[in-house]
Amino acid sequence: MGFLRATLAIALKDLRIERRSREVLNVAFSFALVVLLLFSFTFDPSGEETRAMSGGLLWLVFSFAGTLALNRSFARETANQCLDALVSAPVSGAAVFLGKALANALLLLALELACLPVFGIFYNVRWSVSFGWLLLVMALGTWGFTVVGTVFSALTVNVALREIMLPLLVFPITVPALMASVQLTTVLFTGEPIAAEMVWLRLLFGFDLIFTLLGLALVEYVLVG
Amino acid sequence: MSAQPLLCARGVWKFFGDFAALRDIDLEIAPEATLALLGRNGAGKTTLLRMLAALSSPSRGSITARGEPLRSENYRRRIGVISHDIWIYDELTAQENLDFFAGLYGIRKAAVRISQWLEITGLARVRHRPAREFSRGMRQRLAIARAFFHEPEILLLDEPFTALDDQAAGLLRGLIARPSGQPRRTIVLSTHQLQEALGLATEVAVLDRGRVAFRGPNTEDLRASPGDLYKKFSEPTP
Repeated sequence: MGFLRATLAIALKDLRIERRSREVLNVAFSFALVVLLLFSFTFDPSGEETRAMSGGLLWLVFSFAGTLALNRSFARETANQCLDALVSAPVSGAAVFLGKALANALLLLALELACLPVFGIFYNVRWSVSFGWLLLVMALGTWGFTVVGTVFSALTVNVALREIMLPLLVFPITVPALMASVQLTTVLFTGEPIAAEMVWLRLLFGFDLIFTLLGLALVEYVLVG
Repeated sequence: MSAQPLLCARGVWKFFGDFAALRDIDLEIAPEATLALLGRNGAGKTTLLRMLAALSSPSRGSITARGEPLRSENYRRRIGVISHDIWIYDELTAQENLDFFAGLYGIRKAAVRISQWLEITGLARVRHRPAREFSRGMRQRLAIARAFFHEPEILLLDEPFTALDDQAAGLLRGLIARPSGQPRRTIVLSTHQLQEALGLATEVAVLDRGRVAFRGPNTEDLRASPGDLYKKFSEPTP
């Protein structure tokens, strides 16, 4: 089977299971709402300082909720040991990784899009002004976070404390991608020209490319040992 | 062994930390042979079967299928595995489960093949129900369909009859035996049930604490007194 067809089959399977169970979206969205609400009590929504840190607040919420979703990615395969079925099937580990990363990224992006209007109301931020740019930043930031998270989700799938281990492993490595996403999002929310911040966008592209290639190369060892 | 071996293990060791689960295993399995892999708990049967199923790599040594590494997609396309677990997705229907695996195995005209296997396993009427709503026996039969529907040349069966109900066990026995005239499969069967294993096997290997303690053809003598196998070749577990 072609690599891309296998990738797509695995991504669609994960999305179909999520559509039936809603175990990731319901929990992660509820969690994101609670964090957004708690932050809104802490920071003055009308203050300039809040506007200046709005990108950081938003990506904190995305990354916290994202780890909940990523935890389930390979954990879902442990029921009935379906991971063994995937590993012994005639598809490369890279296709398994890419299919799972694709499904995770789409789920996280859907979660982030659902959070944006709530964020706009709580923090008085006009997020729709440069929506095209914002969508690009969210897609790139989410992909970087997802590829790292998907590799570590595979690595920690049989670890007893995986819910704790995953964020401990993912957050330090994704710092460059999160920094770039925070910076670009803040610029977009404050209405400053994004042209001056292209270095962050290039960093985000570079991070995504490097960690996607690393994930593709390493996942076979992670899955089979 | 006269025929060129289909599967060949050379000097295979497997470590879990400092513990050696397999120790210097040399094993050849001929095409169309049915090898019963016997041994007490912890002898290394499942570890060896997982390696043959390309689920884990040897720490030392190598296992090949006609010179090909077991992680090759070509080898994995030719194996069918029945494990302790059923390897099916509870949230997907019976049809969707088989559709998904048909996609991974690159099966052409999958719809026809899937319908045939749902008929064979008696699941045709419930094909659109999620597997989580199935009874234990139905789930086992779906697992059998998942393992067989891509027509594997090599079957790797880890305690296949242990958790099966009568209907599923009968179905599996029939599929393993295969009607005469059809090419025989190569089967590696791990089990504690000596009578069952010796009834099916052409070859026998006894593992004891990670080593091959006995390897030979399944003879009348073995079938007459299967209990002697463990007495002779396997030390009791402490």
